[in-house]
Amino acid sequence: MTMDLTTEAEMLRKVPMFSKLELSKLKLLAFTSELCTFDPSEVLFEAGDAPDSAYVIMEGAVEIVAETETGSVVEGVLGTNELFGELGVLTNSPRSATIRAQDRLVALRITDEMFLKLLAENPAVALDVMRQLSEKLVRSHEQFVALQKRLPPSGAGGPGVG
Amino acid sequence: MESTIFKFVLRYSLREQILLLVLTVASFPFFYLLLYLPKLIVNETIDADGAAFPVEVLGFRLGQVEYLLVLCAVFLALVLVNGSFKYFLNVYRGVVGERMLRRLRYDLFVRMLRFPLPRFRRTSQGELVSTIVAETDPLGGYIGDSIALPAFQGGMLITLLIFMFIEDPVLGVAAIALYPVQMWLIPKLQRKLNARKKERIRLARALSERIGEVASGIREVHTHDTSRLERAEYTERVGEIYRVRVLIYRLKFLIKFANNFIAQITPFFFYSIGGYLVIQDDLTFGSLVAVIAAYEKLADPWKQLLNFYQVKEDAKGKYELLLETFQAPGMLDEAKIDTEPETRAPITGALVATNLDLKEEDESDTTFSGGLSLTTELPATLAVVGGQGCGSDRLAHIIAGLKRPAAGQLLAGALDLLSAPEAVTGRQIAYVGSETSLFSGTLRDNLLYGLKHRPTRAPDYDESGAAQWERLRTEAERAGNSPLDIRADWIDYAGAGVEDEESMNARAIEVLSVVDMDDDIYQLGLQSSVDPDAVPELARGVLEARRTLRARLADLRVEHLVDPFDRDAYNVNMTVAENLLFGTPQDRTFDPENLAGNSYVRKVLDDVGLMDDFVDIGRQVARLMVDLFADVAPGSELFEQFSFIAAEDLPVFRGLLARTESARATDLDDEDRTMFLSLTFKLVPARHRLGLIDEPMQERLVLARRRFSEGFGADETPIEFFDAERFNSSVSILDNILFGRLAYGRQRSASRINEMIGEVVDALGLRRLVTECGLDYPVGIAGSRLSSMQRQKLAIARAVLKRPDVLVVDRATAPLDAASQARILDNLLKEFDSRALIWMVHRASLAERFKQTIVMEGGKVVEQGTFAELNRPGTAFHTLALAG
Repeated sequence: MTMDLTTEAEMLRKVPMFSKLELSKLKLLAFTSELCTFDPSEVLFEAGDAPDSAYVIMEGAVEIVAETETGSVVEGVLGTNELFGELGVLTNSPRSATIRAQDRLVALRITDEMFLKLLAENPAVALDVMRQLSEKLVRSHEQFVALQKRLPPSGAGGPGVG
Repeated sequence: MESTIFKFVLRYSLREQILLLVLTVASFPFFYLLLYLPKLIVNETIDADGAAFPVEVLGFRLGQVEYLLVLCAVFLALVLVNGSFKYFLNVYRGVVGERMLRRLRYDLFVRMLRFPLPRFRRTSQGELVSTIVAETDPLGGYIGDSIALPAFQGGMLITLLIFMFIEDPVLGVAAIALYPVQMWLIPKLQRKLNARKKERIRLARALSERIGEVASGIREVHTHDTSRLERAEYTERVGEIYRVRVLIYRLKFLIKFANNFIAQITPFFFYSIGGYLVIQDDLTFGSLVAVIAAYEKLADPWKQLLNFYQVKEDAKGKYELLLETFQAPGMLDEAKIDTEPETRAPITGALVATNLDLKEEDESDTTFSGGLSLTTELPATLAVVGGQGCGSDRLAHIIAGLKRPAAGQLLAGALDLLSAPEAVTGRQIAYVGSETSLFSGTLRDNLLYGLKHRPTRAPDYDESGAAQWERLRTEAERAGNSPLDIRADWIDYAGAGVEDEESMNARAIEVLSVVDMDDDIYQLGLQSSVDPDAVPELARGVLEARRTLRARLADLRVEHLVDPFDRDAYNVNMTVAENLLFGTPQDRTFDPENLAGNSYVRKVLDDVGLMDDFVDIGRQVARLMVDLFADVAPGSELFEQFSFIAAEDLPVFRGLLARTESARATDLDDEDRTMFLSLTFKLVPARHRLGLIDEPMQERLVLARRRFSEGFGADETPIEFFDAERFNSSVSILDNILFGRLAYGRQRSASRINEMIGEVVDALGLRRLVTECGLDYPVGIAGSRLSSMQRQKLAIARAVLKRPDVLVVDRATAPLDAASQARILDNLLKEFDSRALIWMVHRASLAERFKQTIVMEGGKVVEQGTFAELNRPGTAFHTLALAG
């Protein structure tokens, strides 16, 4: 597949967060982003890296890799038209996981600057991000409650929230 | 220096001045003859009675016409002789003046070199520059005139006066009656003028000083928003100068007015008194006319003399001010900087300091009461430890010969360090402080600076070169300047312990690694461009590296990281313009920014039929940009980073597009075509992904590239084309090895490729040659193109390269990072294993590595011993070590 601006913009539109954006905005987003190519198993970024960009997959797939005591574990796979790395940019906190190309990968790299600009100028996108973040918060709260129930009730010095 | 400018003139140019005077006087008869001859020609030939001819002249019998022709020929000859006299006198006067000016400037500079160092805290650079360069300038004119002019004009004046007195004593008295008034009044006014002129010079010096200060502190002005303050201060200063200058004008023209007035009054006496005498028959009419005519002649020399008087006063004042600055107490002896020792005896034995007084001359405090005494055996490594204000920096200065203590003695073996000439201290002792200076020039120049004490090898002059140098040297000696040849090889190879240039390069690189700077220089070398003919070995190696890198990329299956320059293939990682040129422009003819307007480029595009397509592509780019950036705020950095069109040009293109909507590319006018074309030229397909330069178009562009290159002859090409088999002298060594562009959209490829290039360079053994190229890196004014760390390291390297018997390091590594500090300390301890290293350390713990440690406090040595002896509770050293 040869890439040009229009194709890229069309693909960006399939990302839920960007679906409400006008085509011209998407084109500008594509134009100001870098189309990157990665070799199979090439690491895009590692857990702990400073977040400098978000990515949208144009071709191929990536693996989310978590480092555990027993070695690295693939926690999930993301495919075409998926956006990742945006939460790191938003919270400006180090990457929480390592991302690795599964096979040959082509992805659009959106710099943190451009991404934040996009949010500031397009309330619809910002709202969508908020919704996603809230969902995540709700999910982790549920998990937290579930975990707490499983703990013995002696917990005067038990784990605190945070 | 001589106490007045007149004495200076007499002492150094008396012979020339007398010659000038003699020649001036000698020219006078010819001048007189030239004035007299026309009368003779008219009276004796043209207007003469024909019967008187032939006449006998010098034994020849001449007819009337012959006599006329002879006299005319004499007239012509006299014109020539007179002109020649004038020409020669003017030139010679200029030469004498300029030679003396040269001597004065040289003397002042030498005096500056001999200033005691504390003086530089009080005398600014700006002031010195303005003094030596600007203030001396008008003195040359005075010097050429200083004796001949007053003597000649004075002589004329006296002759004329005598003539007048002989004609009539009364009128003679009348002619000079007002001279006493003038001679009383003018100097009075002149003194006032002189005072103002001095004030003006002082103000001008202060102004230069301030300009220099602001220029060097320009960052502070910007970071503190003080440009208004500076402008106000500057206004005040130039305002003050304006005030004084206006005063000077007033006085100057007042003097002129007084002179003219008095000069005009004298004829009043002639007409009144003389007229009365004629009427009374006490004076003949003829005498009055003669005296009036003589007086008119008198006016000219008198005016000249008065004028000269003003020039003289001006020069006198300027010279006095020069003396004020350059005649100062505490100057270094000339012997200190001039003495050349016969042999070099190593500095070794006991270093004994006795009652060294570390106080500065203008200090009255009691911090440094009493003196410093110390005995330690050299060679050894010695750490000097002390807190703030312990005086160790001053001790370092004294050992290095930078400062002369007010009292005390310092011996190294049998050598008295305090009175030793700089030829000993400056060659056998090296000093590096925390603040160092570099000079503009290359890294190599700076590194070798410490080895250039005197010429070691005369330049290889051919016969005419040698003759020319001989002339230059003679002239320099006539002006009392230095007889040494700056074009000679000044490098003291033996001093550095090497044989020749070749081994010096090797040693220089070795020393750079001692100061942990070899990699920096290697990187600078990679970034530099070189002439392949000057370094053929390197050029060959770089071509080899180019091939090796390609092969290695292929081996690792990462050749897609670099898009190589290939004459027959379009490079999608370069702009369209770069693809067309396919080389490095040598001048502004093919400046990529203005390529669209270049007639040759347009002709090539026309020839291959690409012109209209390119205009259309440009049109599409314009449409896209207008579209994409329509909603972007004009101030946004997106324009700068991404747009082909600047924010302010966007409406222009919008209008252009609307206007040319339905027009075909061929129908557009030249200017519009250029505008669209310039957009096409900026396209980089791999980066912009606009889908506008497809493969067929790329093939056509490669054809255009070929056509473009064919239009130039082999030796006149304004572009150095990329050629896989040739070294490109217009781009850096790095780019020569890479010979292509990094592919877009590959993260971290730059660092990967850099690493690979490093490996290739090492594998082919090129690192040393590349590093040597780094030595040619120009460091900029005062080393401004280097980082402060690099400057500091270079200064240490300069001191080490000199191979001194004693190296004094005064906290020189303090500004460096910890890793560098440790490595440099390690390396220097090793390097000075059998010589002396005296280190004023900035942290007590560093003393552990030295054989001896002394602890200073208040300008005295309070403890001395090995680290182990001193490092226990209760010692001053221990307290310092605990404090960090």
